[in-house]
Amino acid sequence: MAKMHVKMTVNGREVEGLAEPRMLLIHFLREELDLTGPHIGCDTSHCGACTVDLNGKSVKSCTMFVAQANGAEVVTIEGIARPDGSLHPLQEAFRQHHGLQCGFCTPGMITRAWRFLQDNPAPSEEEIRFGISGNLCRCTGYQNIVKAIDAAAVEMAPKKEAAE
Amino acid sequence: MIPASFDYHRPTKISEAVALLGDLGAEARVVAGGHSLIPMMKLRLAAPEHLIDLQDIAELKGVREEGNSIVIGAMTTEAEMIASRFIARNCPILREAVLQIADPQVRNVGTVGGNVANGDPGNDLPAVMQALDAVYVLSGKASREVRARDFYKAAYVTALKENEILTQVRVPTPPKGHGYAYLKQKRKIGDYATAAAAVVLTVSGGRCSYAAVGLTNVADTPLYAAEASAALKDSSLDDAAVSAAVKAAEAIMQPAADGRGSAEFRTKVGGAMLRRAIAMARGRVA
Repeated sequence: MAKMHVKMTVNGREVEGLAEPRMLLIHFLREELDLTGPHIGCDTSHCGACTVDLNGKSVKSCTMFVAQANGAEVVTIEGIARPDGSLHPLQEAFRQHHGLQCGFCTPGMITRAWRFLQDNPAPSEEEIRFGISGNLCRCTGYQNIVKAIDAAAVEMAPKKEAAE
Repeated sequence: MIPASFDYHRPTKISEAVALLGDLGAEARVVAGGHSLIPMMKLRLAAPEHLIDLQDIAELKGVREEGNSIVIGAMTTEAEMIASRFIARNCPILREAVLQIADPQVRNVGTVGGNVANGDPGNDLPAVMQALDAVYVLSGKASREVRARDFYKAAYVTALKENEILTQVRVPTPPKGHGYAYLKQKRKIGDYATAAAAVVLTVSGGRCSYAAVGLTNVADTPLYAAEASAALKDSSLDDAAVSAAVKAAEAIMQPAADGRGSAEFRTKVGGAMLRRAIAMARGRVA
């Protein structure tokens, strides 16, 4: 079948390519754009390792055709660190709180948490757990992931002016 | 997993989508959020030659009030349903049910229309729509309406014809102060129900003046439990009436034995969900 011209903004950069409509977004990101941060875990939309941000919402890029994402604005884990290369507070918090062991789920987990904290900057523990319920981790038991997201939320909160 | 090849179409009007579907015939499928269709395509259980993506059709999006109905555009996402204050205020069972579908990422793309049109007995909204006595608008060359209670024929078999698209769900606005509950037993977030029950009822002067029960994933279609609903109506929702309703509901359940349990277990879970949903709905009557 004919390839189609695909154009999208990925991590702030305009990208174009030719792709078969049936190509999955995750394959386009990993194989055409060399963005191998988002992972293919279950390949069935359960595990969330492939989570990317699409037009301001977390989505599972293994269950979306590149054709559907044509024209979209996409952010992957590669777009989350600061431009100078220093870690985003969420990434730093995952490091500080041991929010990962093998690390396979981490890009999806952080990309999801990054959007979640923009939607809900001061979440309760329960809200964090519900917010990341589309991301599976087989190592940590989630405790430290939840702690890391909570710590990042505190770190990112607007600082109150010291003393009256 | 790589699906079979297809040609991709992205119309911007319902009429265009319907025309495409008419021209391309049986080899075309419409895609909404794609979270039922794409996994099927990856497994090559579905291999449409043409995919008609509905995402750019603005007239299919959003929720609005029209007289005594809540009109939900088919492409309204589940996340948008959760965020809608109008839904929370006027038809809270929809919000309660949608919060139990899949997970946040899936709800960001999954749509109301896809959930009800697909005909998967595991989907949560069909039984809720049956309890609410919603009507589906099906658009082909002409438009017609089919009640949710008449729409589902067998697993993945519905009243929708090949050249039609489900474009709207019209829910009669439940009366103020009605009681409601959608209770779902599932093994984990993202799983289909072991069994789930939707209850909508009204109480007036201590008696149940209206009751409707829908059941999810306990047969090859969602079930509107007419006898169970009748057992509640005109009762004081006492133990005897509730037990009669549960018994009537269990009598029409025919769940498959699967990883969620034996048929007998899933039937009992269905009964338990219904018993609790009735109590919860009654407690919410204002």
